[in-house]
Amino acid sequence: MTQVTDSHTDDHTGHAGHDDHEHHGPPHLAHHFETPEQQLSSAKLGMWVFLATEILMFGGLFCAYSVWRGNHPEVFAYAHTALNKDFGFINTIFLITSSFTMAWAVRTAQLGRTKATFILMGLTLLGGCGFLVVKTFEYKAKWDHHLFVGDLNEHHPDYVAPAEAAHGEADGDHGAVDEHATIEQTAADHGAADHGTSDASVEVAGETTGETAGEIVGGAERTSIALAPDGPAGVVADWMVAPVIAGETADAGHADDHAADGTDEHGAHGEAAADAGHADAHGGGHGDGHSVSKEIVPLKDRQKIHQFFQIYFLMTGLHTFHVLVGMGVIAWLMFCKVPKGIFGPGYYTPIDLVGLYWHLVDLIWIFLFPLLYLIH
Amino acid sequence: MSTTTPPITPPSSPHSPSSSGGGGGEVNYINATKGIKSWMFTVDHKRIGLMYMVGVMSAYGLGGLFAILLRSELWNPEPSFIGGAEAGTTEAMNNAWDFYNQAFTLHGAVMVFLFIIPAIPAILGNMVLPIMLGAKDVAFPRLNLLSFYFWVLGGLFFVWVLSKGIINSFYPGMIEIWGPGGLETGWTFYTPYSTTTQNSAVVAATFGAFILGFSSILTGLNFIATVHMLRPKGMGWFQLPLFLWALYATAIIQILATPVLAITLLLLIAEKTLGVGIFNPALGGDAVLYQHFFWFYSHPAVYIMILPALGIISEVVSVHSRKSIFGYKFIAISSLAIAFLGFLVWGHHMFTSGQSALTNAVFSLITFFVAVPSAIKTFNWIATMYKGDIRITTPFIYILFTIGLFTIGGLTGLFLGCLSTDIHFHDTYFVVAHFHYVMMGSTLFAFLAGVYHWFPKMFGKMYNVFWSNLGGIIAFIGFQLAFFIQFIAGSQGMPRRYASYPEHFEFYHQVSTVGAYTMGAGMIIVLLTWIVALRTGKKAPANPWGGNTLEWHTTSPPPTANFHAEPTAEEPYDYSGWKYVSPEEGWVQRTPEEREAARQQLGTGH
Repeated sequence: MTQVTDSHTDDHTGHAGHDDHEHHGPPHLAHHFETPEQQLSSAKLGMWVFLATEILMFGGLFCAYSVWRGNHPEVFAYAHTALNKDFGFINTIFLITSSFTMAWAVRTAQLGRTKATFILMGLTLLGGCGFLVVKTFEYKAKWDHHLFVGDLNEHHPDYVAPAEAAHGEADGDHGAVDEHATIEQTAADHGAADHGTSDASVEVAGETTGETAGEIVGGAERTSIALAPDGPAGVVADWMVAPVIAGETADAGHADDHAADGTDEHGAHGEAAADAGHADAHGGGHGDGHSVSKEIVPLKDRQKIHQFFQIYFLMTGLHTFHVLVGMGVIAWLMFCKVPKGIFGPGYYTPIDLVGLYWHLVDLIWIFLFPLLYLIH
Repeated sequence: MSTTTPPITPPSSPHSPSSSGGGGGEVNYINATKGIKSWMFTVDHKRIGLMYMVGVMSAYGLGGLFAILLRSELWNPEPSFIGGAEAGTTEAMNNAWDFYNQAFTLHGAVMVFLFIIPAIPAILGNMVLPIMLGAKDVAFPRLNLLSFYFWVLGGLFFVWVLSKGIINSFYPGMIEIWGPGGLETGWTFYTPYSTTTQNSAVVAATFGAFILGFSSILTGLNFIATVHMLRPKGMGWFQLPLFLWALYATAIIQILATPVLAITLLLLIAEKTLGVGIFNPALGGDAVLYQHFFWFYSHPAVYIMILPALGIISEVVSVHSRKSIFGYKFIAISSLAIAFLGFLVWGHHMFTSGQSALTNAVFSLITFFVAVPSAIKTFNWIATMYKGDIRITTPFIYILFTIGLFTIGGLTGLFLGCLSTDIHFHDTYFVVAHFHYVMMGSTLFAFLAGVYHWFPKMFGKMYNVFWSNLGGIIAFIGFQLAFFIQFIAGSQGMPRRYASYPEHFEFYHQVSTVGAYTMGAGMIIVLLTWIVALRTGKKAPANPWGGNTLEWHTTSPPPTANFHAEPTAEEPYDYSGWKYVSPEEGWVQRTPEEREAARQQLGTGH
């Protein structure tokens, strides 16, 4: 007999054409499988193989992470303090919980409990939404602080400051500041010129703000000079203490924004307060009672902070994209498939597969969280 | 796709394959449904294979055309393709060099991503893998179609991006219409060249390669699931035809390596567009990291290209020698061994990139290990032919070429795996010749052998033996002319990727160019034999070669569901069950009594 392939179209949705088949299979059995078990096993095998490809794809990123961290351990140790562990922790909870509800949804789908499946998948979706909301806040804060990816990071050589910060002084100003700096850096550490200002801010906190960004626009001084890491005693100041990364930069607001990462008032503050009270900001930052590591961070490492944020955004960005895709599929199944009541003991493959995918996305986050947020 | 109504043959009329030779109105997968939609939305693995064939051969034509143009530029040291510029000026030279850089990039990238990687798995693998398993289709038919469309999308995008710059170099006016473009980085997209050159379509091209990677992954995923789940009862892993072992090993590489290429290309795009600096030491990145990433994919990809070809050799050698394959398990396991070792040798592309001496030594050692499974295969093929009842058929001739080219390519690889000699040969024509012998010579001729072997099965038509053989012989001579002399040129110091060269290399280049033209002529003959056979070929019997793998147990071409009656698995290389009748009927199955007699006469166990 000839069973023609067009009945493939009915794989998951209908069953026309299967009636001629010599084995009258259940409605969801595609013509080229013998039994539903074989079909389910194939689908699961396919999904596992696909997940292997996902792991290898992220594996490339983890590998790049290792190389970078191996090359610049001090940058990573310092820069990660700009991330908000609390947000990371909340997101971890969101994803683990949603993984749990997803696993539960697979179970209820197997039992054919349509309503429970619907609700549990809805909860999973909510978990994903919560993750995205938190992630949005985090990204927004980084954006506000010019700590974004690539040349949108103010420490990047090609960074072009936004217009509002472009009222910096002439280079000459800086020449003066630079004089009491000591070590020549590589061209990569370009940013040091601007950060010469920081030196000033040690002594006269609040007065030199606004220069930095302007300087970057000017950008002439690529042969940067920075403080010696083992610099003169007594230069241990607020801005040298993690996590006050922005102490040396234009935005006074950075300091507390980093500490409080993404709270609205500070964000606004950071934008507007280029010239505002520097000292205030510092005070605010530390006043939050954030757990602040009191290690002294050499200036040259703080200027490489963009290196950390490149890999941070690539890894979390790709992961967030996967969360979005997973949410899309879950929403599609939840609203278009589950209400039809087609899932039960005999057929629950799509729910099972999206569950596997969701767990993988969760798992990748479980690795990202410590690697990016909890470095010591 | 649900609009086409499938014609159903009554289940009560199971044909035996041999009895179906006569009927002209036979329903098969080609004529089962009609209309463009029935092809575009088909999920039949055989139709998808045919669509791949059209696409992949077009890509091959494009890549081949640029090979010819390249060799023409290299005919003499002077600039040849100078666009609108006046001869002898600097502008003319720049035009020619630009054109050359873009042309060799297009040739390499199209041949690698659009031809060699998909050629055997996507065309022949799609065509015969499920049939060899006695299955009705691959495990995920719709994913298979999706894979094809990814290939089409990625391919069109890729070709468009690459051709744009070349068209611009001939018609500078086009820049105003569609802007600059083109890629001159070579197919490897090495940083920092790819991240720093202006006006280069690196982002678009890498995005195209990214999409093509998805196509490759989906095909591999499908094959793995199909081989695991859809084997018929009685077919254990060691009754699997060797072509499937090769495809299975290939699929594993596709699954494990391609995602790394995907992330590499994403990083490259981020590097280029955002200035991320992962590969830029000035920004704290690692200069050689890109090469590590790239070759972690692309070295295994070399085995994606060659392993299926080795699988075809195993099939064709055995069938046309009328002898059970020698050392079945060794050939099967050696495919997996090559796949495994393939992941451990990527560093041998970077011997001169500043790796530590220890790293170099380790990679060199593991590289030599690859010779072991490769040699196991070669010796087993020769042992299979030994005292076999060899039929000098068209596929067999092509396979002899393949084995010869593979041997030369493999042995010259030893010079490149060896640290001391590689320092001398690195980036010379020696390397160019080596990988053309392995990738292009071996894979192309094996692919052609495979097409000639399965042509009767795919289309139900026979081709003209004389012209097919002639085309192959001309192409083979052309190939040897073009590439063997490059070993000599390379060992004398001719570097690759230069449009001009010192006078004393002119002879080598001219021989090489003549070889390229000859090979082009041979390939045109081959393609013509296919077209003529499709139009006027004689009807093919179900089993023209007497093979015993399951695809020869069904009609030529097979019905949409592949078999009229459920096939039973047999030893794939036991030929005692078939006897030759006539060119029209081919080989037919013996009765059990005849078979027993034949066995005793042959004196073989099975």
